[in-house]
Amino acid sequence: MKILVAVKRVIDYNVQVRVKEDNTGVVTENVKMSTNPPDDNAIEEAVKIKESGKATEVVAVSVGEEKAQETVRKALAVGADRGILIKADGILEPLAVSKLLQKIVEKEKPDLVFMGKQAIDDDCNQTGQMLSALLNWPQATFASKIEIKDKKLEVTREIDEGLETIEINIPAIVTCDLRLNEPRYASLPNIMKAKKKPIEQINASDLGVDTSPRIEQIKVEEPPKRKAGVKVKSVAELVQKLKNEAKVI
Amino acid sequence: MSVLLVAEHNNKELKPFTLNAVTAASQMDTDLHAVIIGNNCGDAAKKLSELPLVKKVIQVEAAHYENFVAENFAPVIVKLAENYSHVVCSANTFGKNLMPRIAASLDTSQVSDIIKVISADTFLRPIYAGNAFATVKSKDPKKCITIRPTSFDPCESSGGSAPIEKAEPSEEFNNTKFVKREEIKSDRPELGTARVVVSGGRGMQSGDNFKLITSVADKLNAAIGASRAAVDAGYISNDHQVGQTGKVVVPDLYIAIGISGAIQHLAGMKESKVIVAINKDGEAPIFSVADYGLEADLFEAVPQFIEELNKLNTIQK
Repeated sequence: MKILVAVKRVIDYNVQVRVKEDNTGVVTENVKMSTNPPDDNAIEEAVKIKESGKATEVVAVSVGEEKAQETVRKALAVGADRGILIKADGILEPLAVSKLLQKIVEKEKPDLVFMGKQAIDDDCNQTGQMLSALLNWPQATFASKIEIKDKKLEVTREIDEGLETIEINIPAIVTCDLRLNEPRYASLPNIMKAKKKPIEQINASDLGVDTSPRIEQIKVEEPPKRKAGVKVKSVAELVQKLKNEAKVI
Repeated sequence: MSVLLVAEHNNKELKPFTLNAVTAASQMDTDLHAVIIGNNCGDAAKKLSELPLVKKVIQVEAAHYENFVAENFAPVIVKLAENYSHVVCSANTFGKNLMPRIAASLDTSQVSDIIKVISADTFLRPIYAGNAFATVKSKDPKKCITIRPTSFDPCESSGGSAPIEKAEPSEEFNNTKFVKREEIKSDRPELGTARVVVSGGRGMQSGDNFKLITSVADKLNAAIGASRAAVDAGYISNDHQVGQTGKVVVPDLYIAIGISGAIQHLAGMKESKVIVAINKDGEAPIFSVADYGLEADLFEAVPQFIEELNKLNTIQK
């Protein structure tokens, strides 16, 4: 079995994001970038499946600018066998990304495609579901547990009401939740080894997909600021303020 | 052209956020139709027809719609979408799972999780966990939009009498089978719509200590929330998680206990009307959004808080 894992390079989750003064976007210069957190869970799960002997190859793919190679390289350092970078500049909407991934799926013919459930930059939560639609494959979104049963997967999904379990036939798409597993750190020897693993580079324009944005970003602004609150000295003062000032209890 | 709203329901009743989605959809175009897909969902369809903003209900029934599998729902909606300019539903796990499957089939770039309708094609949406707001304009001929339910008021729920039309079901998608759903039943208000939310974080130190959160919630008739750290640590189940990848809540009162206030948690609660933080670390980021901050050991402060609440005789029920 072959698993393709899509990974995205995003602003690190610990960075306090700042809006550009000209309101065209957020500041990305000199800002720490990392793998989108739930994509780390997707890689981890694929590598674990390979280690258990149920998969033979894990291929990491990313779409983005040249530097997204670092994100692919990180996936190789935690156990992916080889990488693919689809080079494209500018804003890429999930629809465009899913069409590019569709081309890679048609070429690589994986049995499973894993990715994070949501990217923490645009917060769209679309790509996995869109890729499933384009391929007409089953989708298991927000996965917190995956069990492989022959040519099927049993997946536990985190939903608003609690948990849901579905059974999907392979080939399939799984989008991973943060609770699926605990992503490992890359060891130094593995980082060194990853440097020797191949990364194939493909230009998005060579894949015959129109990636031009369909959504015009008119402006990006700071959200309204909350006005600073007060520190209370005691529980009694807190309760008094909630009752008499805020009038919420 | 008109708007098609996808109703969320449990085959008997509408899910409360359907009313918020109706409000949002009606702001895109007042010619608003609603589709309900399910199995023996006639009662829910009738309730949908009673919403005054809904002009027509389309009911699609089949056994394979019983459990809301997106792979079964999407083809029906894609077919119906021929007659509409917009397809709309809530950005909760139901809509997040379903809408991109519809959008890709329509070759539409979806606009997710909008918090404001500026015009029929222009919307406001938070990005980067709510640290920036983007104004975006969809250039696609058909628009697929998910809305953040807590950013729109629920619509009027009675007085309407829209016609209910039946539409043909699509074929079953055989590669996905529903197995089971484990819903956590509770007598408390729902987290997404509760007037008061009491949340615990890693500072609770154990699942057992969450009893303190429960006691406060009992006093205030509140829903119980949690930070991702508390859910990851196994103190409480995932359906309580508030934050960027959990639920977004906008209660009148949000009480954060033992929560440091990571960016990802703030994304889910910072629009609350009044925020209270109880934390022993005076530098914790949660204090930057709190209207009332109490720097104290929660294991001393929370029992006192419960005692003080006991003294009040104006407890909201």
